[in-house]
Amino acid sequence: MSLNEMHAEDGSVRRPYARVAEWLTTISPEQLERRRVEAELFYRRGGITFAVYGDAQGEERIIPYDIIPRILSTQEWSKLSAGLEQRVKALNAYLRDIYGPQEILKAGIVPPELVWRNPAFRPEMCGIEAPHGVYIHIGGIDVVRVDADDFYVLEDNARTPSGVSYMLGGREISIRLMPELFRSHRVAPVENYPNELLATLQSVAPRGASGEPTIALLTPGQYNSAFYEHSFLADAMGVELVEGYDLFVRDDIVYMRTTEGPKRVDVIYRRIDDDFIDPLVFRPDSALGVPGLYGAYAAGNVTIANAMGTGAADDKVIYSYVPEFVRFYLGEKPILKNVQTWRCREADDLRYVLDHLAELVVKEVHGSGGYGMLVGPHATKEERANFAERLKAHPDNYIAQPTLALSTCPTFVSNGVAPRHVDLRPFVLTGANGVRIVPGGLTRVALREGSLVVNSSQGGGTKDTWVIEC
Amino acid sequence: MLSRTADSLFWFSRYVERADYLARVLEAAMRLSSLPIRREDAEGEWASALSTAGCMADFTSLYDRVSPAKVTRFLAYSKRNPTSIRNCLRIARRNARQVRTALTAEMWDTINSAWLELNKLDFDTMDASAMARFLEWVKEMSLRIDGSGYRTMLRNDAYWFARLGIFLERADNTARILDVKYHVLLPENVEVGGGLDYSQWAAILRAVSALTAYHHVYHESLKPMRIADLMLLNDKMPRSLASCYGAICANLDSLAAAYGKQGEAQRLARSMRNRLENCRIEQIFESGLHEFCETAIKDNGRLGAVIAEQYLV
Repeated sequence: MSLNEMHAEDGSVRRPYARVAEWLTTISPEQLERRRVEAELFYRRGGITFAVYGDAQGEERIIPYDIIPRILSTQEWSKLSAGLEQRVKALNAYLRDIYGPQEILKAGIVPPELVWRNPAFRPEMCGIEAPHGVYIHIGGIDVVRVDADDFYVLEDNARTPSGVSYMLGGREISIRLMPELFRSHRVAPVENYPNELLATLQSVAPRGASGEPTIALLTPGQYNSAFYEHSFLADAMGVELVEGYDLFVRDDIVYMRTTEGPKRVDVIYRRIDDDFIDPLVFRPDSALGVPGLYGAYAAGNVTIANAMGTGAADDKVIYSYVPEFVRFYLGEKPILKNVQTWRCREADDLRYVLDHLAELVVKEVHGSGGYGMLVGPHATKEERANFAERLKAHPDNYIAQPTLALSTCPTFVSNGVAPRHVDLRPFVLTGANGVRIVPGGLTRVALREGSLVVNSSQGGGTKDTWVIEC
Repeated sequence: MLSRTADSLFWFSRYVERADYLARVLEAAMRLSSLPIRREDAEGEWASALSTAGCMADFTSLYDRVSPAKVTRFLAYSKRNPTSIRNCLRIARRNARQVRTALTAEMWDTINSAWLELNKLDFDTMDASAMARFLEWVKEMSLRIDGSGYRTMLRNDAYWFARLGIFLERADNTARILDVKYHVLLPENVEVGGGLDYSQWAAILRAVSALTAYHHVYHESLKPMRIADLMLLNDKMPRSLASCYGAICANLDSLAAAYGKQGEAQRLARSMRNRLENCRIEQIFESGLHEFCETAIKDNGRLGAVIAEQYLV
């Protein structure tokens, strides 16, 4: 039985949801439907769309939005937020370490081959000090609840986490379409996210940069699934939205091509993957990146956020060591829990996983977006047998976790309001001057009854997340 | 401002302006072809619509004969015509999407909504009156974009590049329509007289939304030389070459002032404006209207290239 965030087991309403529960008794399905349509129109007209890779039909689609907000109390939030800060600090410390002195390998905590064989580990980054020691400037930490007390981290996103525009778009809709309900809750604001992001990026400018550093957001372009978000953030921060072609490097200094001639760039918030960022160092066939960017970074003339090579901290095996990182680097007790994880590369774990496939979720170590995984309880016998073969052939490639009973939130679906499973992605900003987290994040909801897959590429939707005093 | 941003703003405006112009050309052709004229002449109207739109070559590579339905489809919504109205709006929106951060919310909303609406239309079942409504809608849409830009954009380089696109495209269109239609304005044709000529001349003016303006300016019935004068040299007429060049110079000067640097584009635009200012329509007719228009089209192209060189790459 999973946690129902609105109704306790005895049927009473949990305190944070008191007003929402009451509101739901006063509002008709027709009124909810009307708001749903208006919300969809808001996204559609704003061009707040995403593309699903490999889907020729849906050039631009909108993510379904559920207008019933997800509520967290400030008490719940402050515990979560402290845990997030701790976790991201530990991840940054880990990256600083493996690209530097590699103490954690010497201490025997992480097996070295897990670092060296990780395709997201970038040897090119070894011995280069990240400006101000920050690697993960923007982290998206996916958390779930299974009971009323604890938050579990499902996954760390340390590369180019996306979705923040849906957090902000959802808030805009709450304010517009449910003004009374919104006002009565005194919801902690998230609108300042772009400001906090800008302050974070400014704080990490190379030490040699001029007084007001020039910041640019590097996008792969308008056919990228998150292009709307890129343009939205650039606009909200008042920085240039650039593509690879707009930048060039001369004498290890990055410039952008402007109508007034070349202009020096100090900080690049990049939303393109490591592989494509610099064809001279990474994939030579990349047309999206900037030749020479790595050299400029290595020379200390530009800050790249997130740094290259952060993927070494967020694959699904490394995930299982993060509580160790917290203890090793910070000397603290982890506040957020990890989901129990079996590493199939270890013989005992593999045996256990093969014996319990029907209960477990098996994931590719380097997979993302809900692709390439087996949800044991929902798979057929044949699917499980096939997957077992793949597991035995490449045990290194997989980890397994118990199927979590994700908490549910009231959600408007075709036959009325019903509980649906949710997760939460808060965005954690790390600058030279500390960690910033706006209260809330992106709540993703699995719209299909019983489904646990919340990814937007797999039919998940989003909700606004309200942190309230109660 | 990023060169690419300036480039997208410039082309965004050009394509919206071109869509508007194509709608006018099609309207004029539909109106003329409904007159009691010989079939060959009617076909001629549709052919000249293609030439005026600058896509005769693309058309003939796909079809061997000109027919009203084919030309309408080709100019209005064919996906195979790179500059059909539909494709113009698609490219305009793509450019707008590229530079959303440089457009105001109102402008983006207008072009994006227009594109979404256009995609709901079923062109294949459109009859003549639905087509007329569509063309009307295209003109309204371009007015909305023009107006929202005028009302909401900051007066900075983004605005000037967007305006530059409008006026350069408009200058080009005006020169093109005159170049294709110059023969109906030439003196030897004046003899013919009669209602058909009137309709021909009126159609030219309509295509540049200047029929009413003509009467206000000249207070007399349509005369070929006056029509050419209105479209080329009259700086009160917003679609005349002179007035487009006035606006091109003003926007280029704003850019030069903001950037603290004059360049080749400014010099070239000024020399073209001066030529238009110092010219009389009688001289143009003497030395050849066709030649004049041809030169104007070439000069427009050259100015576009110089602007691109100076700012957009």
